[in-house]
Order: sequence, then C-alpha cells, then structure tokens
Amino acid sequence: MTFVAPPPAPAPDQASPGQTLSTDEVLRIRNDFPVLHQLVNGHPLAYLDSGATSQNPISVMEAEQEYYEQRNAAVHRGAHTLAFAATEVFEAARATVAAFVGADENEIVWTSNATEGVNLVSYSFSNASLGLGGPAAARFRLSAGDEIVVTEMEHHSNLIPWQQLALRTGSTLRFIPVLPDGTLDLAAAAEILNPRTRLLAVTHASNVVGTINPIEDLVAMAHAVDALVFLDACQSAPHLALDLAALDVDFAVFSGHKMLGPTGIGVLYGKAELLAAMPPFLTGGSMITTVDMQGAEFLAPPQRFEAGTQRISQAIALASAVDYLSHTGMGRIRTREAELGRRLVEGVTAIPGVRLLGPGLGVERIGLAAVDVAGVHAHDVGQFLDEAGIAVRVGHHCAQPLHKKLGVTASTRASTYLYTTDDEVDRFLAVLAEVGPFFGVSR
Amino acid sequence: MTSSAMQQLYQQIILDHAKSAHGAVAELSALDADAASGAAGGLRQAQSHQVNTTCGDEITVRVGLTGTGADARIEGFGWRGVGCSISMASASVLNDTVRGTTVGESEAMLDLFREMLRSRGTIEPDEEVLGDAAAFAGVSKYPARVKCAMLPWVAFEAALLQLR
Repeated sequence: MTFVAPPPAPAPDQASPGQTLSTDEVLRIRNDFPVLHQLVNGHPLAYLDSGATSQNPISVMEAEQEYYEQRNAAVHRGAHTLAFAATEVFEAARATVAAFVGADENEIVWTSNATEGVNLVSYSFSNASLGLGGPAAARFRLSAGDEIVVTEMEHHSNLIPWQQLALRTGSTLRFIPVLPDGTLDLAAAAEILNPRTRLLAVTHASNVVGTINPIEDLVAMAHAVDALVFLDACQSAPHLALDLAALDVDFAVFSGHKMLGPTGIGVLYGKAELLAAMPPFLTGGSMITTVDMQGAEFLAPPQRFEAGTQRISQAIALASAVDYLSHTGMGRIRTREAELGRRLVEGVTAIPGVRLLGPGLGVERIGLAAVDVAGVHAHDVGQFLDEAGIAVRVGHHCAQPLHKKLGVTASTRASTYLYTTDDEVDRFLAVLAEVGPFFGVSR
Repeated sequence: MTSSAMQQLYQQIILDHAKSAHGAVAELSALDADAASGAAGGLRQAQSHQVNTTCGDEITVRVGLTGTGADARIEGFGWRGVGCSISMASASVLNDTVRGTTVGESEAMLDLFREMLRSRGTIEPDEEVLGDAAAFAGVSKYPARVKCAMLPWVAFEAALLQLR
C-alpha cells in the first residue's frame, strides 16, 4: 500500500456557490468510499444517513494508518525525532482545520466530539462562576438573574449542557420558539434577547428540518445586548463553506465523523481573546506551565483546554478529510446538496400521506429531509426501507422538543452527502411510497 | 417491492393487533377487577413505564392482582403507549396472553416469549402454547426490533415485581 498525500491541485474557491457535482464526478467520488460498495439485504446499499455519521474516504483511513506506521509518538513532549514528527503533523492538522473554518490556529481546540465541546464551554463558565479565572473571566460568570438563550430546534447536545449550566449557576434558560414551518421565530428572538442575556446557543443548520438559520441576524441581535454566541456547526461545517470569523460567532463546535473524518475527534472554536480569558474545564497533564503542591499555572489556549494525551491520529485523519472536502470544493458541495435537498422535498411532498417536516420548496436546506408517514411509526418505515437496502435514521434524532413542537414523536430522515446519487434519492422515494399501502393506511 | 421478508416480519396478526390494540386505555387510572372475574374487593396494583431510547417508543403497563405469590391472578390489566407497530401489537398480545392467568403462568409465558425473541430465528414457536404471541417469531431475526417487541412485556414484568 502506498500513502499518497492529498491531491496538490489548487483547491476550488470554497465560499462562492459552485457548479454542482456532475453524475460522473459523484461516481468518481464514490470510488473513494469502499463502504458504499456493498449489498444490504440483497440490494445495493443506499446510505442516506450521513447526517448521523458520514463515511470515510480511503485517503482519510490511510492518513490515520500512515501516522501509526511512521510517526506515532507523544506530542508536545519528548525530545526524540518521532515526537517532533508527531507534534508537527498534529499541529499541521490544527492549521488545516483552522483555515477550513476561517479561524486562527490558536482558536481551535481538539475535543472528542462536538458534545464534549459544548460541555467544555459550559463547565468553563461554571468554573468562572465559582470565581476561577480571576477578573479576566468575569464575562463568563453567571448567577441568578442572568439568562441563557437556546432555540427549540436544538440537538439535545446543544440544549442539555446549557440546562445543566443554568441549574448549577441559578441562571435562567429561555428559548426562541420554532414556527410551524420549522423556522426560528425571529420576532420572538428580538423580544427574548435582552440585556440579561449572557449567551445565545443556536444551531447553524437543523439536523431535523434541514434549514440554515440566519446566523448573521441572530449574532447582531445577541451582540447588541452584549451576549456571547455559541454556534452548533455540526450540520453546517460538513456541507457549506464555514467562515466563523465572518459570522462573528464567539464559540462554535463541530464533529469530525460528520465530515468524512473518524469518530473520536471534534473541534471547539473560540475567539482568541475569549479562550485566553476562560478558565479550563479538564485539568491535568499537558495543559500547565508550572506546578507545585498548592496550585498550577496554565498554558495559553488551545493547550489549556487539551488536558491529557490527545486524539492525535484522529486529528490528522480529520485534516485529511478537510483536504478531501476542500479539494472537491465546499461551494460545489453546497450546490449539490441543495439540489439533492430539492429532489427529496419534491419527491416526498408528492407522496400521499407523507408529511415533510420543515419548510418546503423555496427555502434552501442542506441535503436532508425528515418525514412523517401518516399512521406508520418511523421505526416501521425505517425497517421497510432497510429491507430495500436503504439506510435512514428513524426516531427523534436527538431533538425531542422540536419533534413535539411539530406534533410528532419520531420521524424518518434521509440525509445526503457529496457521494449521494440521484438514483439513491429516487430509490428512497419509490420505497417510501410503498410504506403506506403495505401497512394498510392508504390505498 | 414488498418482500416476503417484510411479510414474515409484519404478519397480518401483528398489523391487526397494532390497530385493535387490545387492553389499551386512554387514561391509566386505578383498575377495576375484570367483570368476569367476580373478584370482590380491591386489586393489588402497580404500573411500570418503559422507554425505548433508540426510537422514543413509550409504554406504561398497569396490572392488578388478587391473591399472593405465584398463584395470584391477574384480574386487571391496562396499558397506554405510543410506538411502532411491533411494540403496539406486542402490548395488545400481552393483554390477551396474561389477562386472567396466574402470575406463575404469565411469568412462564414471558420466559418463552423472551427465549423466542432472543433466538435469532432459531426457535420454532409452539403456537398451541404461545397463541398470537407466536407471530413475533419473525421479529427475532431483527435484533434491532427485539426491544420493540419486548417493551410491553418488560413493563409488565417490572410491574409484577413491585407486587412481589
């Protein structure tokens, strides 16, 4: 096996909407993903669950293997050649990911996943609220009377850590409601964000209704009342050109496994001046300068927030995934996914007895659609699709409050990525149309 | 496309039970003894709420007993829940299976049902013994769905345990 560096060709412009990926290009891309080429229940696998976890191209798996075969060593310590080599690729990975999302290297903190990033910030706020971090950390201190604002469409991972932070600090959790069409109620947001608001936590793109939220507007509203903004970018970083500096959010998280990377690696972004002022969450080795029996001095970010041995091979593999995405072009991926999203929306709304959750045509969505089949539980729908080799997500997709708001307990979600073909979407639609008749709810 | 595998899993008995939902009640409150039982006085009652975290299926099963020990008789039964056709049908079949039996008999049925579901399709159910519950043999080939079928029975078991 040879280890090939990511293609050196100049990466396409990431930000501007690109030309869609042609059928030939999608088929070529699919050749890089071995897992897609298999039969499931006698049918070619149609993997429509990338919103939950994406697949890995060979180059990503090889990057991880190459690290273990040639460079594996502890990073940021040890004075031997391998340790230098490991540190070099580990920090190069940070630079790659930073550039991918419009951040500086010292603004990128490795975590195990996005959920850990949310917890890291919420516990750092907790620690600040206990007085840790000194005067510099004053802006993270919460107490009774302070308000944390989330939205009704959040994934549980961008909800529960803030609920818990409110409980620990005596502050109040409020939420921006979702309108019946699945978009955020911005008029209500203008009322809810007020001078008592200290933090707004909001998702960039919904993992259920697929909409891309107007983050610029929300950031302007939040900053006008001096509140910090925490962005859940799990469903946007994989699918569109993300420029965190331009969005002007204060913190953001996303996870590697949803963007062609391995599991076990996530990213926390924080503006440099905020990370510099924030007390640590996890403490221990690798995050200190000097230690005595009474206390310790901490390193500057990002190391201050990276206690213990890091996820080195995963970070390197994530950088390889980012290279793959950049090489394809995020503008092109966004265009292609909007196309797949439209195809899904047009298809599901044409099936009697199938209700699309969230906005219909005319509102851009990432390439996903969650549906409710009248009279058939999502688990049964998913089983029926699986029998035809079609992998979808069923259940509440870690967003119970949103499902409740939309009047369902569970839904069936098809989610696409750059390797998804039109044919796979059409197969999903054809089998979905058979569900009602099979279960005897519509003939 | 409807494959025989799907028809094997979703047998008509299961789809019918999912719709008719025997024993389902709109509100779970204190149970009255079944009219046919002739039991005088109150029932010893308990209920258990179970959730399938993968899909959000929920069920609450309430049982009412006369007597004690393995000979205690299930004279009251009711459930309410939301879920897939497998879990809802299973609750309906549970109602038909255990209502009026003794605790000892129902626990024996529970063991048979669980054994069949865990068999990954290797156990040929005895329809004479299991009745409609035998229709769930097909579910045992789908490990992800075994939990759906077991959910009401686990709630029933937990409710009985409280009355020990």
